[in-house]
Amino acid sequence: MVIVKCDRLKKRFFGRAGIVKAVDDVSLEIERAEAFGLVGESGCGKTTLGKIILGVLKPDSGNVILGTKKMQVIFQSSYNSLDPKMNISDILSEGLIIKGTGQGEIKRKVEAALDLVKLPKEALKKYPHQFSGGERQRIAVGRAVLTDPEFIVCDEPVSSLDVTIQLQILNLLKEIQKRFGITYLFISHDLRVIKFMCNRLAVMRYGKVLETGPVDYIYSNPSHPYTRSLLSSHFYDIIKNDASLKL
Amino acid sequence: MKLHVNILEVKNLKIYFHTSDGIVKAVEDISFEIEKGKVFGIVGESGSGKTLTAVSILKLISWPGKIMGGKILFNETDLLTMDEKALNNIRGSKISLVFQEPASSFNPVFTIGEQIVETVLTHQGVSRSKAKEITFEYLKRCRIEEVKKTFYDYPHQLSGGTKQRAMIAMALVNSPELIILDEPTTALDATIQVQILDLLDEIIHKENLSILFISHNFGIIARMCGRVAVMHKGKIVECRDTKSLLINPKEQYTISLLESVKALSW
Repeated sequence: MVIVKCDRLKKRFFGRAGIVKAVDDVSLEIERAEAFGLVGESGCGKTTLGKIILGVLKPDSGNVILGTKKMQVIFQSSYNSLDPKMNISDILSEGLIIKGTGQGEIKRKVEAALDLVKLPKEALKKYPHQFSGGERQRIAVGRAVLTDPEFIVCDEPVSSLDVTIQLQILNLLKEIQKRFGITYLFISHDLRVIKFMCNRLAVMRYGKVLETGPVDYIYSNPSHPYTRSLLSSHFYDIIKNDASLKL
Repeated sequence: MKLHVNILEVKNLKIYFHTSDGIVKAVEDISFEIEKGKVFGIVGESGSGKTLTAVSILKLISWPGKIMGGKILFNETDLLTMDEKALNNIRGSKISLVFQEPASSFNPVFTIGEQIVETVLTHQGVSRSKAKEITFEYLKRCRIEEVKKTFYDYPHQLSGGTKQRAMIAMALVNSPELIILDEPTTALDATIQVQILDLLDEIIHKENLSILFISHNFGIIARMCGRVAVMHKGKIVECRDTKSLLINPKEQYTISLLESVKALSW
């Protein structure tokens, strides 16, 4: 069952240097309960597409058909996405207050969310700057999950984290997906992260989707030359178990 | 005659930060050697002290950070006891440094060419026209396509990849004996990263350079460096030749770091 359907989306930005086609005729479908990867280098339009799907940006043409209204977002930098003047309790309960949830219910849900992202109760009284990058991203995940979303846009959620912490957050996101059957649109420039998280992906460049398909298939049979070069550019990043190095 | 000549020996280096909350031991008693003509890597997560180690070699640490003890022997002379004037003769000429962020390591109000020419003039005692010639040559060597245009461009006019190539050219231009590369590709897109690493790999081997290569990326370190030190919380956890460290890591921290890297490989 399709939860998000994008049909011929276009979005242009007008800058001093001319017109930028940030999203240029993009159509794609995301199935319910899957993790759909959106991969591309900086400036390719992946975040713009994510914002259009969320309804934050209006497309110039084309439309998005959504199978749910329960949407959430997790951003790359938890420095910017958590209000430095609010304590964690306020940050987590804000969404529920807006929804008109009762006090007792809020308390119960916030505590459950904290438990889910594996942070201690003492965290509630603290402020964002008192946490490490990994912990802050856990808070952002907790906040996203609190409103019982069916669809979450994860925009580079682990890009500013160390690799051991990356793995912890990715495992947490996987666990949450399994438990609640949430659909992810997972935006990343890192093919390693996409491979770990997603079952299908779309490769973007210059606002266009170059190819779409199952992760395992595209990683072994990339049809577009750009996908091939992206894959081979991870030559330096990955360590295979056989330690096949040119030393 | 000695078989192995060490270009750099760091002995029991300690760097502390004096904050209002007390002393932070950012680098605590680390020692390592870099052999001449070899690439030595330091790998570690953010806050492990790897960049601090790198900049301490050129004594570029300012208060509240302070080098509290140890020796940094460059060609058997201790850099820590040298005066500023002598150090300035080494900075940028015998030892050069490439930082992570090319955008902030160039001065935004001078052209790329002017900045590289300045380094040449400071250290080589040649005429301005000769310095310009040398700059052109090194920009070309770093595979910059439009050398002339790049020379007259300001940093903001260049792409991240070209800027980093120019930075590498500037690091090479005085034929230094040691080059410190501090996360030289971290700020770049994957396809550009691979181009820069290929370029570095080629130059390093062709010119037989001595390198201190710093990265948080174990994969890059594994491919670039013959020997590696794993840093964690200001200490060197393990330091050996890269291959044996990868195949047979001994310390728990190295093992868990490698496991994370491998879990994200395919």
